[in-house]
Amino acid sequence: MTRTALRHRLAERGVDRHLLLLLPALVAVLVLFVYPFAYGVGLSFQPREGGALGAYREFFTDAYQRATLWTTMRLALPAALLNVAASVPIAYRMRGRFRGKRVLTTVLVVPITLGTVLTAEGLLNFLGPTGWFNRVLMSAGLTDAPVRLTNNYWGVFLSLVITGFPFAFLLILSYLSGIDPTLERAAATLGAGWWQRFRRITLPLLAPGLATTFCLTFVLAFSVFPSAVLVGDPAGETRVISIAAYHAAYEVYDYALAGAIAVIMGIAELVVVAAVLGLRSLLYTGSTGGKG
Amino acid sequence: MTAGSGQHFATLRLDDVTRRFAGKDALTGLTLTIRRGEFIALLGPSGCGKSTALNCLAGLLPLSGGSIWQDDRRLDTLPPERRGFGMVFQSYALFPHLSVRRNVAFGLQMRRLPRAEVRRRTDEAIRLVRLEEHAAKLPGQLSGGQQQRVAIARAVVLEPSLVLMDEPLSNLDAKLRLEMRTEIRRLHQSLGLTTVYVTHDQEEALSMADRLVVLRDGRVQQTGTPEELHTRPANRHVADFMGYRNLLPMRVGRVSGDAVTVQGAGITLSGTAVGTLSTGDEVVAAVRPEDLTVGDGGVPVTVEVVEYQGREVAVEARTDDGRRLHLRAADRPAPGDKITVVADPARVLVFPL
Repeated sequence: MTRTALRHRLAERGVDRHLLLLLPALVAVLVLFVYPFAYGVGLSFQPREGGALGAYREFFTDAYQRATLWTTMRLALPAALLNVAASVPIAYRMRGRFRGKRVLTTVLVVPITLGTVLTAEGLLNFLGPTGWFNRVLMSAGLTDAPVRLTNNYWGVFLSLVITGFPFAFLLILSYLSGIDPTLERAAATLGAGWWQRFRRITLPLLAPGLATTFCLTFVLAFSVFPSAVLVGDPAGETRVISIAAYHAAYEVYDYALAGAIAVIMGIAELVVVAAVLGLRSLLYTGSTGGKG
Repeated sequence: MTAGSGQHFATLRLDDVTRRFAGKDALTGLTLTIRRGEFIALLGPSGCGKSTALNCLAGLLPLSGGSIWQDDRRLDTLPPERRGFGMVFQSYALFPHLSVRRNVAFGLQMRRLPRAEVRRRTDEAIRLVRLEEHAAKLPGQLSGGQQQRVAIARAVVLEPSLVLMDEPLSNLDAKLRLEMRTEIRRLHQSLGLTTVYVTHDQEEALSMADRLVVLRDGRVQQTGTPEELHTRPANRHVADFMGYRNLLPMRVGRVSGDAVTVQGAGITLSGTAVGTLSTGDEVVAAVRPEDLTVGDGGVPVTVEVVEYQGREVAVEARTDDGRRLHLRAADRPAPGDKITVVADPARVLVFPL
């Protein structure tokens, strides 16, 4: 049998031999991701005491541990929502072509490159009790005592917005440019003002993209760790779930509990993502007429 | 006339409408008066400014100069949503997330008409374009021709004072294009809608429009009825566009009134002057292929390519000096045959360069 014949016979069954080139990557994923993941899940079911579900029971019966779930949600959900909500009008204004678009996009996206530690340091300097922000407020006589915006909830929240916004903005900008601009022009000739054009045409076509963007920024914010420590209050208000996991693993050396917390973290994220994607499936998700 | 629709007018006047893009004139001094009920075609090659003109009319492009008047009301300062014109886009621009029915109803809803009236008029428009069975479908589930009909229904359901069509048939196959051409013309006749239709297809423009405006490089070349443009093109560019495929650079010999004799590359032709010419002028002689026929005592040529076209054949031939001529023949010459061709002097138009 010739080589071509084999290829054609495989093609008939929907097998593309070139897919075999994916094998090395697949091995890497298995070794570096699937195995440690399965190992961690396995560990979570082998606590020192309390049976297979002991670690989970420990997490949920301890109010201090249990509260981390709510603390993280309280940070990640509003931050993701704000990132999406703030990106929409900005991206909407920037959807066309105009002079300086590239510069403006770069300015908006640069925080991605900063990393959380640098962002946290900047926040501390700028928004801290003796930072510029408070000094301006106080010298203007707007407040007597510095406004506390760091080492608490707001510090972490702001850090999540600074690092999450560029992602949301870039994604939404690309979703928007995938919508054929002629549609809005058509709506205009049919008598729709700018708000109706946005609400009736652009927003429904953009909504699935917003849902996806929300999921991604939410997951990003949910795993917040460095900024929760650096600009937050890691023992109190911003003791997020990743801190609990870190504490269990590297300070108490209770790998079962750490594994259980990680699994709970994943499930919590999945629940939110599934809920959002469930709502998304109710929307129109077909072609948006643009070039993508 | 239903409340809320665009007001109908006696005349729509474009006065010296000009549009520049980055310092370059896309449209220069377009002046045109459109009477109520007229079907006007803006015709020209791509980049001639015809779509620019349409977008200026629709309000999708601001003017760089000039003004647009609907009777005594100035329009060019109004945004598109307040002009009350219907527009059919080349890409149809149907809202992909709305059903056919809701696409058609969109404009009526924007005018805040009562629900019952929206329903009645939407049904009527869908019936008009014969899409009753498809009313609940999304645009993505329709064929190109059906999408086109939705776009037309969506534009005419508002009974707009003016319908603008931007090459609406260019995305359809040849057969469908012919059908839709008749359909648009039928709609125009039954609804009496004033229409401005942009196309690069001279046949389409000639067959549909009451009046044509030929544009080139942003400037009007000629305005007139299909007959006027077909038989009396104003210059060689219009002639080129109107199917005068033989455009021969020549030199004027004898002139007596309109009748001129032109010579060049070993050929002598008798023709009709368009404009004033005098002996020795460089000119272009324009002849349609169907006006060049095989006959005795004409220009000797050698047949090169023969295309079968049903009733007759299209022939490409070459003169002894190597000039290419396009003509029609009733019987079928073979490539390599030597024939002579003649043309009625009335059908040979001679344009100054």
